[in-house]
Amino acid sequence: MNVWLEKQRHLIDFTLASLARRKTKNLGLLLAYAVLVFVLASLMLFTQALRSEATFVLAGSPEVILQRMVAGRHDLIPPGYIEKIGRIRGVQKQEGRLWGYYYDPVVNANYTFMARPANEVASGSIMVGATLARARGLAAGNVISFRSYSGKLFAFKVSAVLSPDSELLSADLVLLSEADFRAFFEYPAGYFTDIALSVANPQEVRKVAEKLSASLPDSRPILREEVLRTYQSVFDWREGIMLTVLAGAILAFAILSWEKASGLSAEEKREIGILKAIGWETSDVIRMKMWEGMLISLTAFLLGFIAAYVHVFYFGAAVFEPVLKGWAVLYPRFALVPTVDGLQVATLFFFTVFPYTAAVLVPIWRAAITDPDSVMRA
Amino acid sequence: MRRPSTLAFILLMVMSLGVIAIFAHSWQLTVTDQSRLQANRTLVTQLGLTDLALFSESRYTRHPSQADLHSALQDHPGAFDHFPTGSLISPPAHLTKTHERLAGKTTSPD
Amino acid sequence: MIELSQIKKAFNQGQSNEYWALNGIDLTLEAGKVTAFRGPSGSGKTTLLTLVGCLSRPTSGRVRFKGEDISGLPERFLTEIRRQSFGFIFQQFNLIKGLTAIENVILPGFPTGRPRAELIAAAEQIFEQLKLSHRRTAKVEWLSGGEQQRVAIARALINNPEVIIADEPTANLDTALSREFMAILEGFTAAGKTVLLTSHDPLVVESDAVHRVIGMRDGCLVDA
Repeated sequence: MNVWLEKQRHLIDFTLASLARRKTKNLGLLLAYAVLVFVLASLMLFTQALRSEATFVLAGSPEVILQRMVAGRHDLIPPGYIEKIGRIRGVQKQEGRLWGYYYDPVVNANYTFMARPANEVASGSIMVGATLARARGLAAGNVISFRSYSGKLFAFKVSAVLSPDSELLSADLVLLSEADFRAFFEYPAGYFTDIALSVANPQEVRKVAEKLSASLPDSRPILREEVLRTYQSVFDWREGIMLTVLAGAILAFAILSWEKASGLSAEEKREIGILKAIGWETSDVIRMKMWEGMLISLTAFLLGFIAAYVHVFYFGAAVFEPVLKGWAVLYPRFALVPTVDGLQVATLFFFTVFPYTAAVLVPIWRAAITDPDSVMRA
Repeated sequence: MRRPSTLAFILLMVMSLGVIAIFAHSWQLTVTDQSRLQANRTLVTQLGLTDLALFSESRYTRHPSQADLHSALQDHPGAFDHFPTGSLISPPAHLTKTHERLAGKTTSPD
Repeated sequence: MIELSQIKKAFNQGQSNEYWALNGIDLTLEAGKVTAFRGPSGSGKTTLLTLVGCLSRPTSGRVRFKGEDISGLPERFLTEIRRQSFGFIFQQFNLIKGLTAIENVILPGFPTGRPRAELIAAAEQIFEQLKLSHRRTAKVEWLSGGEQQRVAIARALINNPEVIIADEPTANLDTALSREFMAILEGFTAAGKTVLLTSHDPLVVESDAVHRVIGMRDGCLVDA
């Protein structure tokens, strides 16, 4: 056992000493490799953290949201709907909600206006999300005016700015009283945007949804589990786009490493011949190369992963910000709660460490089975 | 003479410890993180929020879970459509013109 | 110690460029002696050394090493014997560039799993004997021809083999260095090692250090 261990250490010593001979080239390769792992791991950690955060906080969202659809579009809930729902068994509470979008030409951004009961937001005042406040330079006590879609100007006093900790949820929110909301958007009395329902027993949610569809055929119930599912999958296509962009880089790296690993130079072939002639077995040569592949890929993996963790959770995934921001004017500042999914890390490990090690081994196999007397014949 | 493998082992060991620390760190939620998450969940319940405010440029990105089937075609005059070509061609100027006339011309402070 | 009987060796057998390097060699080599093979290039002397040194196997015939038939052994066992019993000094030295002298010397010890400290100590001792201690951490490509050869000799000695095989050891050396090599050779004999070498350098084959000279031509033995 000790002899075996010592032997492996010898092989590692040798492979490191030979790597050190082309320091710049090999360090460059290691760095490129680590950067690749870094980007992939950052993407993985970022989306995973965002997903788990969304899953946690949105678990508090309403059990059912009822929308009315007209000609395939979300339409207003007419008077009388809320009363109809009241008769469905299992519904604990129903509440007409008022919310809508406002385009602010000053900063070219969309805001989400949401009506709140008068005890939360007094008439004539608003509460705004921290991102919005930053974009418009607002603080509590300021006055801001919005020109409504009908052309009238409305002035509001900012009573409070929502906590910056909630930016991920409230970046563009403008909370105002119901009366102000109806006046601003000229919302017809008795109409609502949609209805939020509370269902006490989670097992009854589907039953309630079925009953809603039956009694209000033009409505579309959106269940909380659907909302959560949306967020379980919403970043998948984004990841897909990122990966497409990265595919070029991955391919370039694959070519680079293939060239490096498989393009066995005449010099290296000669060295293998020498090693065999002085008493190395074919398996020693292969194992030595395997250590090389493993050391490089393992170092790159660990380096890339650690850097990715720091990047995502301590530097706010700065590399992705431009991509994730998209065309949005309001981009929330948020710190994600660190989460690591062991299975994902294992997958990343497998797909970064093994292909490289294999790429190193394939050509060596061919070279290592050459006859040891080739050095004497040359 | 220092042994290269010893250096490599130390390096790998340090980095592995780093990864283990990461796992340990991510499993152990800090009090601040916990209270922040809890506060956000309370906000969601209180306001009846359904979505993250990550992308505010259009309905189907601002409220993806609430979007109707046809909402991928746009509210924001500067918004691009759902398809990749939208990221290559900017929207025609006349679409944003009507909104420009308001910019900075309101009477009260904004 | 080493017995060869009816040794034949063909390259590219069965192909149009088939070539018989050795045509039936019968030879017995004694232990503790220096034997030189002399002959023009292409006479098969290097091929013969590769067979004796377990670097390759004969096409037909038997090679016995210390009474054991080694010509039919699988490669793993050949490698084992080669590592334990033979040390090689190649014509081109065949050192690994970029590594230091001492790193090159300890290479044959790696597959044995001997502790590194022990290998280093053994190498230092050999360097001492060869008066090369001052160059032990120099990269081999910076060494002079004579120094490179001494590194190659040190490498051949690291596993303490019974047999030293040297292929044209003085081909790349000037007269003074060649004489130095012959002196080292005498040291081997004094240490009880068997030495097999090829050469057509008169300085080598006519030296007192060489006990037996075997002539070769066209894959056959001829009178020296």
